[in-house]
Amino acid sequence: MTSNLAAILYLIAGVCFIMALRGLSSPATARSGNIFGIAGMVIAIGTTLGQPGVEDYLWVGVGIVVGGLIGTVIALRIRMTAMPQLVAAFHSLVGLAAVLVAGAAFYAPETFHIGTPGDIRLVSRIEMCFGAVIGALTFTGSVVAFAKLQELMTGAPLVFRGQHLLNLALIIAIVALGVVFSIEQQESVFWAMTGLALLLGILLIVPIGGADMPVVISMLNSYSGWAAAGIGFTLENTVLIVVGALVGSAGAILSYIMCRAMNRSFISVILGGFGTDSSKSVSATDRTHKSGSADDAAFIMRNAGSVVIVPGYGLAVAQAQHAIREMAGMLQKEGVDVRYAIHPVAGRMPGHMNVLLAEANVPYDEVFELEDINSDMPNTDVALVIGANDVVNPVAKTDPQSPIAGMPILDVELCKTVLFVKRSLAPGYAGIDNPVFYRDNTMMLFGDAKKMVEEIVKSL
Amino acid sequence: MEHVLELHPLVIAVTIFVLAVFIGYYVVWSVTPALHTPLMSVTNAISSVIIVGAVLAATPAEGSVLAKILGGVAVGLAAVNIFGGFTVTQRMLSMFKKKK
Repeated sequence: MTSNLAAILYLIAGVCFIMALRGLSSPATARSGNIFGIAGMVIAIGTTLGQPGVEDYLWVGVGIVVGGLIGTVIALRIRMTAMPQLVAAFHSLVGLAAVLVAGAAFYAPETFHIGTPGDIRLVSRIEMCFGAVIGALTFTGSVVAFAKLQELMTGAPLVFRGQHLLNLALIIAIVALGVVFSIEQQESVFWAMTGLALLLGILLIVPIGGADMPVVISMLNSYSGWAAAGIGFTLENTVLIVVGALVGSAGAILSYIMCRAMNRSFISVILGGFGTDSSKSVSATDRTHKSGSADDAAFIMRNAGSVVIVPGYGLAVAQAQHAIREMAGMLQKEGVDVRYAIHPVAGRMPGHMNVLLAEANVPYDEVFELEDINSDMPNTDVALVIGANDVVNPVAKTDPQSPIAGMPILDVELCKTVLFVKRSLAPGYAGIDNPVFYRDNTMMLFGDAKKMVEEIVKSL
Repeated sequence: MEHVLELHPLVIAVTIFVLAVFIGYYVVWSVTPALHTPLMSVTNAISSVIIVGAVLAATPAEGSVLAKILGGVAVGLAAVNIFGGFTVTQRMLSMFKKKK
């Protein structure tokens, strides 16, 4: 295969990957987009196998069969609630693969036409540093994120004195080692630099609390892209550069969207520590609230013209998605207009709640994003809030001192009636009281989300 | 045919990179928020195209054995991601249905 033909095939693969992302603009085109992605991958791997110098297929065959089998089995068995962990784990593999490929390029530069051992081109040495360091950061950072999400370690932020100084010192040391390696190209310096980057990856993620995990996953997604791009520069491989750029920008945009949804600055998320002061006393109120039973809720909703369901992560924890779908179906049979309102951080990663609802057979055209449904809240008869709290707390708009100040919220307080399914009056993640609990038109339904919804279904 | 202009390969690579960042920026903003989780799992799968580097490292008939081992392991890791990423994306996307 000539290198010109290979370059054109890589270009086609790159276009396929762009189409794969483009397909996701609508659920109707998304599946064909995924096929484009698979096609692009087949073309890219096939082209590489046809390159001169590719002679010994044993390792590749073993790697693809074993890896492919493991990947497929995991993907088929994973529960949708565990998607954030899975994605974090997958990110870590991309990062580690980048480190290994950078290492391979160091030991066998002639394979990649970037020089001979001990005499690698300067540009390639610099690019190699980028690939290895970003790959290493992605690897350990994702492992920590996985451990936090899987609850193998505490989700609480881990902060200690001098943390930021230590990180800064590590960054300076990594850059210095990178410069030394680029000049002298010793093996030991390369691995020392990579080792420090592995350490930095851990230290960067441990101070970030559970509530900020959607940002962290998006950020690591971005890193894995930049790592791929770094390797693409080393190997002068266009499809890797294109994919790295696509994935890098995708992760960056998702991080931005998540930050905006929580009204947090990216820098403050990175610096971490959010949630440490969550123990601060919630202003003890003896304001009165109304509580009701499942029968009351069923009666109110059956006689309403329109119901908006606001699911939070508590719904997924209680596995109540299917029950809520059943309830919605019964209400729709009675002629009630039922819609779902999703806050961007309703799940544990971007778009997570949409997947959880889709899994429970909720049609996607009944599910609305915050900006699409908020203007319609005053015309809505009933809002049913399940397992959510902070995302419907109007304090975000009224109290500039509040930790969630400025966070966009779903305006359920504008609906004629608000039904709150909750275990207790306890505050949510951000540790703040919700004034909606105490309003005249609010009815609290205390209990487990799933049991409560099932009881509502019964009395319908 | 003589080249009139000799471009450094890095310049070409940077050109491709910058343009691809712009494409990525516009394409990703057009992704519907409902599909942000599949977006993440599919970008995960396609970033494993890093397997092309791993394949090159793992397949020479001679040369550094260490490089071949590193390449072989990287092929395995990337393969987990490729198969896992596309499969789980397909699984999720097949759940998104319109009202009957």
